Amino acid sequence: MGNVIGIGAAPKRKEDQRFLTGRGNYVSDIKRPGMTAGVFVRSPHGHAVLRGIDKSAALASPGVIAVLTGDDVADDGLGSLPCGWGITDAKGVPMKEPPFPMLAQDKVRFVGDMVAFVIAETPERANAGAELLKIDYEVLPSVVGVLEAVRPDAPQLFDDVPNNICCDWELGDKAAVESAFKKAAHVAKLSLVNNRLIGNPMEPRAAIAEYEPGTDRFTLWTTSQFPHVVRFLMGALVLNIPQHKLRVVAPDVGGGFGVKQFHYGEEAVITWAAKRVRRPVKWVASRSEGYVSDRHGRDHVTEAELALDETGKFLAFRVNTLANMGGYLSTFGPNIPTNLYGPLLGGVYTTPAIYCNVKVVFTNTVPVDAYRGAGRPEATFVLERIVDVAASEMGIDRVELRRRNMIPKEAYPYQTPVLVQYDSGDPMGCLDGALVAADVKNFGVRKAASASKGKFRGLGYSTYVEACGLAPSRFAGRLGARGGLYESATVRVHPTGQVTVMIGTHNHGQGHETTFAQIVSDKLGVAFENVDIVFGDTDRVQFGMGTYGSRSLVVGGAALSKATDKVIVKGKKIAAHLLEASEADIQFEAGKFSVAGTDRIKTFEEIAGAAYVPHNYPLEVLEPGLEEQAYYDPVNFTYPGGCHIAEVEVDPETGTVTLVNYTAVDDVGTVINPMIVEGQLHGGIVQGVGQALFENAVYDEGSGQLLSGSLMDYCMPRADHLPMMKVATHSTLCTHTPMGVKGCGEVGTIGSPAAVINAVVDALSHLGVTHVDMPATPNRIWRLLQNASLPVAAE
Amino acid sequence: MKPFSYHQPDQIPDAAKLLTSIEDSKLVAGGMTLIPTLKQRLASPPALVDLSKLGSLKGITDDGATITIGAMTPHAVVAASKLVQTKIPGLAELASMIGDPAVRSRGTIGGSVANNDPAADYPAGVLGLGATILTSTREIAADKFFLGLFETALEPGEIITAIRFPVPLRAGYAKFKAPASRYALVGVFVAKFADGVRVAVTGAGPGVFRVPPMEAALSGNFDPSAIAAIKIDNDGLTSDIHAEADYRAHLVTVMAKRAVDVALS
Ligand SMILES: Cc1cc2nc3c(=O)[nH]c(=O)nc-3n(C[C@H](O)[C@H](O)[C@H](O)COP(=O)(O)OP(=O)(O)OC[C@H]3O[C@@H](n4cnc5c(N)ncnc54)[C@H](O)[C@@H]3O)c2cc1C
Repeated sequence: MGNVIGIGAAPKRKEDQRFLTGRGNYVSDIKRPGMTAGVFVRSPHGHAVLRGIDKSAALASPGVIAVLTGDDVADDGLGSLPCGWGITDAKGVPMKEPPFPMLAQDKVRFVGDMVAFVIAETPERANAGAELLKIDYEVLPSVVGVLEAVRPDAPQLFDDVPNNICCDWELGDKAAVESAFKKAAHVAKLSLVNNRLIGNPMEPRAAIAEYEPGTDRFTLWTTSQFPHVVRFLMGALVLNIPQHKLRVVAPDVGGGFGVKQFHYGEEAVITWAAKRVRRPVKWVASRSEGYVSDRHGRDHVTEAELALDETGKFLAFRVNTLANMGGYLSTFGPNIPTNLYGPLLGGVYTTPAIYCNVKVVFTNTVPVDAYRGAGRPEATFVLERIVDVAASEMGIDRVELRRRNMIPKEAYPYQTPVLVQYDSGDPMGCLDGALVAADVKNFGVRKAASASKGKFRGLGYSTYVEACGLAPSRFAGRLGARGGLYESATVRVHPTGQVTVMIGTHNHGQGHETTFAQIVSDKLGVAFENVDIVFGDTDRVQFGMGTYGSRSLVVGGAALSKATDKVIVKGKKIAAHLLEASEADIQFEAGKFSVAGTDRIKTFEEIAGAAYVPHNYPLEVLEPGLEEQAYYDPVNFTYPGGCHIAEVEVDPETGTVTLVNYTAVDDVGTVINPMIVEGQLHGGIVQGVGQALFENAVYDEGSGQLLSGSLMDYCMPRADHLPMMKVATHSTLCTHTPMGVKGCGEVGTIGSPAAVINAVVDALSHLGVTHVDMPATPNRIWRLLQNASLPVAAE
Repeated sequence: MKPFSYHQPDQIPDAAKLLTSIEDSKLVAGGMTLIPTLKQRLASPPALVDLSKLGSLKGITDDGATITIGAMTPHAVVAASKLVQTKIPGLAELASMIGDPAVRSRGTIGGSVANNDPAADYPAGVLGLGATILTSTREIAADKFFLGLFETALEPGEIITAIRFPVPLRAGYAKFKAPASRYALVGVFVAKFADGVRVAVTGAGPGVFRVPPMEAALSGNFDPSAIAAIKIDNDGLTSDIHAEADYRAHLVTVMAKRAVDVALS
C-alpha cells in the first residue's frame, strides 16, 4: 500500500514515467486499420484570388484517393470555422466577422491558408499528388503590418470590412482620463511594438479521423487542449454532426502553449473526409507547416501615456493599440487583445482612471490568437515599461515610484477602474522578497565588475498582476463569450477504494496527473498511487472546457475538490448506517470515517465496498455506488502576480544581451506541488525571455511571405541562454477558489518580458537609450548604440 | 522525400562513375545538409551515392608541415583530434563550434566544404589557412575553390577526398553565432605563417572571402590593435532579418580582433 501524498508535497510526476520511457501515446503514434494519409495544399501567396483548381492530374496520380477543395465544402453545405467570442465596439456594434471557410473559397488570405486536401494511400503518394494540383491564383498585394493595414489605400482583405478593421473596441472612462491628463504634472509617453510570436510546441499538430458506418459515429483524434470544445464547435457549427455521434480524443499532447486551444480547419476537413472516403484519414504537420498554420501570438503596436502628479502618483493611463488578427478570426482571436488586455492595464497600481482603445485589424498573416499569457503579457509590458519611463523622466527611483502607487495589502479586495476586482494580493510583499532574493543591494558592485570588462550591466523590474482561471461564465458572457467557462470533474471510487477521476481539463505538460491526484489523495486519504486522472476523451469524460488561461487547477481543480467533497458527504451517510450513528456524528479524517468521540471507525475502502455490495445499506434513502460529479463556475478570475527582477549584461561591441540573473517572487495562492509550480515558473519565464530577447515572427510586407518560417530563422530560447533562476512564492490565498489556489501556468510569461527589457534599457540608460523593442537582438542593440554614437567599437 | 536508388561503392573510381553515369545523382556524406532538402522535396536526385564505405576518405594524417584530413572525417573527430589540437588548435576549435553534437557526429569536412554554405565555418578555416582541396582528379588551392554562394570549383562527378592544411605559426577562429541557426553570422579565421597572415571571413557575404588590408596590417603587427580601425565595406555583404549589412561589416572587425586574441592565447 502506497502513501497519501497530499497538498504541499512534491512527488515526482506520475506521467513522466511513460514520457521518459517512450511510452507516451501521441496522435502520430496512432494507427487505424485501412488508414489513409492526407496532405494539405496551402497557399504560397499572402493574398490572391482563387480562380480555379484543376484536380485531374492529381487524381490520376498513383495512390491518390480523393482531392477535396473549397467547392466540395460549399457543395456539402458545411459551416464556417466559428469564433468563440463576439466583441462589440463602443457603440455596441458587433465586430465584423467574415466567414472562415475550412478550405479557401474565392480568395486566400495568408501564406498557409488551406486550399485543398489530398488523400492517398501513403504520405508520399499524397505529397506527389499534391504537387500535381494546378491552382490558378491571381496574386494581389498583401498587407502584413497593422499600421499599414489601416491606411486608406491598403489592400482590403474583405469587401465588407473597411480599412481592415474588425472592431474598434474600447474600455474605460475616456472623459475622466482626459480631465486627469489636463491636471497632470508630468505625462510619460511610450510607443512600442509587442512582437509577433510562434508557439512552437515540441509536438507538431496532427489528427486522425474515422467514420463507422455501422453506428454512424465519428472519432477524431487530435492534438488539442480542449476536445469537448472541438466536439461542440466542429460537430454543432461546422460539420452538422450530432454531439452523440462524435467522439473527440486528445491523447498525450506534446505541449500546447495556446497553439492547440483552437478549433482548426484541419480537424474539420479530416473528419469530413473520413466519411467521404470511408476510411480513416491521418495528417501530421511538418514543422514548416506549423509555422504557417499554427495560430500566432501577440503582434501589437501601441501608444501609451501615463499622467502623474508632482509626487509621482499615477493619475490616469491611456493606451491606444492596434492588434493584428491575421487573415481570419480564430477561436478566441478578438477576445485576446481586448478583454484579456484592457482589464489588466491597472496592474498592481491605484491608477484611478484608465482608458484603452484597441483596433482589431485583419492582415494577410496567419490568424493570431491566444499564446501563453494571452493579452496579459501585452498589458504588463506596456504598463511596466511606461512606469520605468516615467520614473526616469521624473528622476524618481523605479522601485520607489512603484511603491508610491502600489495597492497596499490591506486595500484588497480592490476594484480597478477597468472591470476587474482583485480579491487578494500583496505586491509590496513580493517586491520586498524579490529585492532581497535578487541581492539588489550589491548590484552596484556587480555593475562595476561588468564595467571593468567593458560591459554594461542593467537591472529591470516588473511588478505585475494577471487574471487567470478563465472564467466566470456570466461575466464572460457580458464581454462576448459565446460559451460557458466552467469546468467539470467526476470522482469514481471503485469497490476496492481506488479512484479514477474524469476531468474536463487537458494535461499536455502541466503535470495534472500528479497535482490532481495529490488533491484527491489529500482529501480522501487514498494512496497517491491509487488515484488516476482521465482526461482528453469525450467518450470517457463527461464535459469540459479544456486547458488554457491557467484555468486547470483554479477551475478544474475546484470542480474536483467539490466532487470529492460530495464523495465524503455520501461516504458519511453510508458510515452512519454501518456504524449505527447519526450522520451528524460522523467525522472523516485521514481516510477514516468515525463516530465522534468513539473508536468506532470504517475505512474508506470499507465504505467503498459497502457502496457497491449493498447488503447492509440504506437502500431506501441512498443509491448504491460511490461516484460523484461536480461542475464549477468560478465567481471571479484569480489574480496571481508578483515581482520579477532581471539582470542583464550588454556587450557594447557586438550588441549581445546576456541574461545573467533572474529572480521571481510570485503569488500563486496555495501551492499544491512546489516542484511543479517551480517548473511552470521556469518554463513561463523562459518563454517570456524568448519574447524579450530572441523570438520574432517576421513577414515580408507586400508579398506576405513569412521570413522566419523555420527554426533556422525563428530563434527559440535555449538552455545556454539562461542563468540559474531564483524562483520563490509569496502567497496570499485566493478568497473564492475552494483551495485558495490562483494558478501558475502563465505568470512567468506575463511578468518576464518587461523585467528583461527594463533591464536592457537600464544597462543603456547612461547613453540616453529610453526604449528597446522586442526582441532585443544584437543587431538592434548595436543600432541603438550607433545612434547614441557611442565610442565603443575601436579601442 | 521522393524515391531514389541508393549506392554504396567501396572504390573512389566506382563512386565517380556512378555519379557521372546517373544524371542528377548526388553524393551523400553525413547527410546533414542533403537529407533535409530531400525530406522537404526541394531536391529529388534519382540516385544517392554514399561515400561512407570509402575507407581512404577517413582519418587524419600528420605530414610534418601539413596535416591532411580525409573528406569523410566528421566534425567531432576533428574537434577531438590530439593531432589537430596540437598543430592547428584554431581548426579543432572551429570544428567544435559547428552545430550541435548530433550534427558534429554526422557532418563531414568534405560535405561542408563541397556544400560551401555562405555561413558555414569550415570554408573560413580552409581559406584562412590556405589549404588545398584534394579531389578524385586533382588538387585545388583554397583561393581557387570557393566561387560564391554554394558554388565551388568542383566539376560534375568530382569527389573531394581530403583537405591538406599547412601548419601555421598561430591561428584562431572567432564566430558570432546567428541567434537561431547558430551558423556563423560572421566568423573570422586568422592564420599567421612565416611569410604573412591570412584572414578569411564567412557568414558576412554570399561566400567566404579574404580581407587583404587586415592581412597586411597583421603581417606587420600581429595584434588586435593593428586591425581595430580597419572597416569593411558594407557593399556586397548580406542583409537579412538577423543582421543588416553594416552590422555584419562591423562584426567582421570585432571578430577579427577576437580571432587574433584567440591565436595569441
Ligand atoms: C542543425 C544543423 C546545424 C548546423 N550548424 C552548422 C554550423 O554551425 N556551421 C557549419 O559550418 N555547418 C553547420 N551545419 C552543416 C553541417 O556542418 C553539415 O554537416 C555540412 O554542411 C555538410 O556535411 P555533410 O557531411 O552532412 O554533407 P551532405 O549533407 O551529405 O552533403 C552536402 C553536399 O555536399 C556534397 N558532398 C558531400 N561530400 C562530398 C565530397 N566528399 N565530395 C564532393 N561533394 C560532396 C553532397 O553531394 C551534397 O551536395 C549544420 C547542419 C545542421 C543540420
